[in-house]
Amino acid sequence: MRAPTGQEIAAGEILLSVDNISLSFGGVKAVSGVSLDIRKGEIRAIIGPNGAGKTTLLNIINGFYHPQQGRITFKGKSRSRMRPYEAARGGIARTFQNVALFKGMTALDNIMVGRTLKMHRGFVWQLLRFGPALAEEVAHRRVVEEIIDFLKLQQVRKIQVGKLPYGLQKRVELGRALAMEPELLLLDEPMAGMNLEEKEDMSRYILDVNDHFGTTIALIEHDMGVVMDLSDRVVVLDHGIKIADGAPSDIKNDQAVIAAYLGVAH
Amino acid sequence: MFYREVGQFKTSYAADQALFPILQDRIGLILILAAAGILAPLLASAFVIDSIIMPVLIFSLAAIGLNLLTGYTGLLSLGTGGFMGVGAFACYKLTIFFPQTNIIVLIICSGLFSAAAGVVFGLPSLRIKGFYLAVATLAAQFFLSWCFIRVPWLYNYNVSASIEVPTRTLFGIAITGPNASPVTRYLVVLAIVTVMTLLASNLIRGRIGRTWMAVRDMDIAAELIGIRLLPTKLLAFAVSSFYCGVAGAMMVFLWLGNAESESFSINQSFLILFMVIIGGLGSLLGSFFGATLIWGLPIVLRAMPAAFGVSISASTIEHITFMTVGALIIFFLIAEPSGLARLWQVGKQKLRVWPFPY
Amino acid sequence: MDLLYKIFIDPPVQMGAAPDLLVQALWEGCVSGVLYALIALGFVLIFKASGVFNFAQGIMVVFAALTLVGLNGHGVPAFLALAITLGVMFVLALAVERVVLRPLVNQPEIILFMATFGLTYFLIGLGELIFGGEPKVMISDQLWLPGGAYRIEIFGGFVQLQKIDIAAAVIALLLVAALAVFFQRTRIGRALRAVADSHMAALSVGISLEQIWVIVWFAAGIVALATGIMWGARSNVSFALEIIALKALPVLILGGFTSIPGAIVGGVIIGVGEKLGEFYWGPLLGSGIESWLAYVIALVFLLFRPQGLFGERIIERV
Repeated sequence: MRAPTGQEIAAGEILLSVDNISLSFGGVKAVSGVSLDIRKGEIRAIIGPNGAGKTTLLNIINGFYHPQQGRITFKGKSRSRMRPYEAARGGIARTFQNVALFKGMTALDNIMVGRTLKMHRGFVWQLLRFGPALAEEVAHRRVVEEIIDFLKLQQVRKIQVGKLPYGLQKRVELGRALAMEPELLLLDEPMAGMNLEEKEDMSRYILDVNDHFGTTIALIEHDMGVVMDLSDRVVVLDHGIKIADGAPSDIKNDQAVIAAYLGVAH
Repeated sequence: MFYREVGQFKTSYAADQALFPILQDRIGLILILAAAGILAPLLASAFVIDSIIMPVLIFSLAAIGLNLLTGYTGLLSLGTGGFMGVGAFACYKLTIFFPQTNIIVLIICSGLFSAAAGVVFGLPSLRIKGFYLAVATLAAQFFLSWCFIRVPWLYNYNVSASIEVPTRTLFGIAITGPNASPVTRYLVVLAIVTVMTLLASNLIRGRIGRTWMAVRDMDIAAELIGIRLLPTKLLAFAVSSFYCGVAGAMMVFLWLGNAESESFSINQSFLILFMVIIGGLGSLLGSFFGATLIWGLPIVLRAMPAAFGVSISASTIEHITFMTVGALIIFFLIAEPSGLARLWQVGKQKLRVWPFPY
Repeated sequence: MDLLYKIFIDPPVQMGAAPDLLVQALWEGCVSGVLYALIALGFVLIFKASGVFNFAQGIMVVFAALTLVGLNGHGVPAFLALAITLGVMFVLALAVERVVLRPLVNQPEIILFMATFGLTYFLIGLGELIFGGEPKVMISDQLWLPGGAYRIEIFGGFVQLQKIDIAAAVIALLLVAALAVFFQRTRIGRALRAVADSHMAALSVGISLEQIWVIVWFAAGIVALATGIMWGARSNVSFALEIIALKALPVLILGGFTSIPGAIVGGVIIGVGEKLGEFYWGPLLGSGIESWLAYVIALVFLLFRPQGLFGERIIERV
């Protein structure tokens, strides 16, 4: 597989769309009437100042938060709220702003957890282990090792993730998401806290994932350089409202976007 | 020098994930099993077997049960004593109803009754989290304790509200009841505990163990990966209670020979919890260490004054034991919150590089 | 059908048939509720100020009462013994802060909770060693606590209100009021709340954790002493009280772990619920249901409001 071109994306199907989504926490309107779509095979950036509602939007797509209004359509099926299990089963995987790894487990085990949905051997076989359960374990271990190779995590696979430096933790988290073989990968600030070299590495990984596996990617990011280089289309949120949507070059020059980030001259 | 892994290469993933990947560990395990299975019955006195080795094994199994729930899945439970009691009383009623059925089969079946109780009292875990869940398990504990006294059917309307274990045999040899010798009972306990520990370690190393640990570490993230929380938690309750139930049944049928409701009170729950904490949360080996320490310490403390020729009253020793256990718990939590199991790991690590310091 | 009748019709009928008994049961429930609230208060204090659930509060109650009675038994006059006991509780607070809390700063709460388990066992052993295990009688007379009862004619029958119960209620309410004011209005109270939120943040603004913890544990010790005196005056002082202290947990669930007035509300609900349940529904199930009824009540509440009656709704962020 190779990454789809711009025309292919524009002509392609819509993988996920949210329609007029609103969610308030108490008095705070986190997201108000946001509609956007994500097309198959593209890299979609979601940007905006802090507090714009970007993570909330991802949480809604995942099914962790339930919108008070609006609909979510994924792979043709429309619903008013997503359930985490359905999202995961349907092929949505996610990384988190504050690394949400299982701190008590090794990097290898963390990524193996990502394979859970694909492992089917029942309780009794697990008790026995010898036989079908072990064969399944080994087969999935093979897949996970490929991911470890891809992300160059061989040295740290048996180390408890709580002990790893931040940059490596983020890579393990990406590995765990990839282990789910997702169709839609949601990345919440994957470059946060990284230096230039790490950012370049991560960008390369993201592009490779989109290239090799054709995974659709939605990405929240603050680094404008990364956004401009990586994404096919960009949507801009501010205070819970969508203020711009289009190709990176258009967004760069959009007055509303500039005002949102830099403030308006009085 | 002895504990090197030099030359031991894993050539398959299966070998890498084996239970004891290091050859020296495997040899050590075989030696321990041989000692337990062959040497102990031959050399150890009936007293040592009956008062030290058997209870340690049985409590280790209960501690493994609690560890699966609290250490691996992160669900704090104060109902261990109650679930042990369910197993014990279930076994009693089962053998009254089916006196011809093999008692070992019945001990295992009584674990299923405990598992069912565990699932019922674990249902609140969907809505209730963390510390509040401990209160739900307290409700289970106190309710079950009350049942053991107030439901006379459980102890066959016996006037003293206790149960006496009838004689049951295996291949013609008595293994329960007053005629069974300590060695016979001990070998049965050893067999059951060994097998069940092996099964537990299989679960832990596989998909289910990882799911439990994921729920423990960050249940939100686990959910978003597609792990369903309620079935996972209920399975943890079920398996944990199964282990506690079997331990309870063994405690009554193979060790004590009788039981009363006090054997399964809240104090029992605390005892097992201490074993798990000191031994190490999230470690099967730690469960054995914790049981040995918590059970063995009072015995050592009781024997010490006599060994030094000083006489102290039994009740004073009881009190000093309480104080020592309490102080030990605090000490461990400060020095090594991961318990004896972690100390063991650190020790092995030092052994690996011995005679070099690091 | 018969069962439904027994559950839903019979008890209210009984209640209506003998209203004076109902009032008596309600009163008894309120009183035991207030006493549960006193125990819960000690938990709330420490939890509110340090985030630690002090499992040892129950044994502190017993320990305080035992010290008081023990001193008096050796000839120390009652009020002097009271003062000395307060001193002992202060020393205990210092010791706990030094030996248990300071080494465990910043550890997760579950570790601190388990440490208080260890403390409990230690104090049980110590208490039994020093004072012996048999139940003791509280020195109510020497402390000027009233005895006897008021007999009130009501609803064609009568109710008996023990004076000691009234005293307990009054003292508890006074303590609650004083503590509530202390937390809300004073500088130290604010510091206490800061520490409960975050040790690190409190340290960074210059709050001395050690001082705060000693103050809090001492305050909890005072509450423990008051509780021990009141409980001891109504029954007697024994180590069984330590298990009764676990009843504070349902109270805390209803009232919230950090709400001082909530402790009273939760206590009364549990106390009344327990008494009524035991009195009117007890015969249906057999005696002794008060050993678990409170927990089941709390459990049912939790199923509907997982954060307790007064707790704040937890919004989880990812």
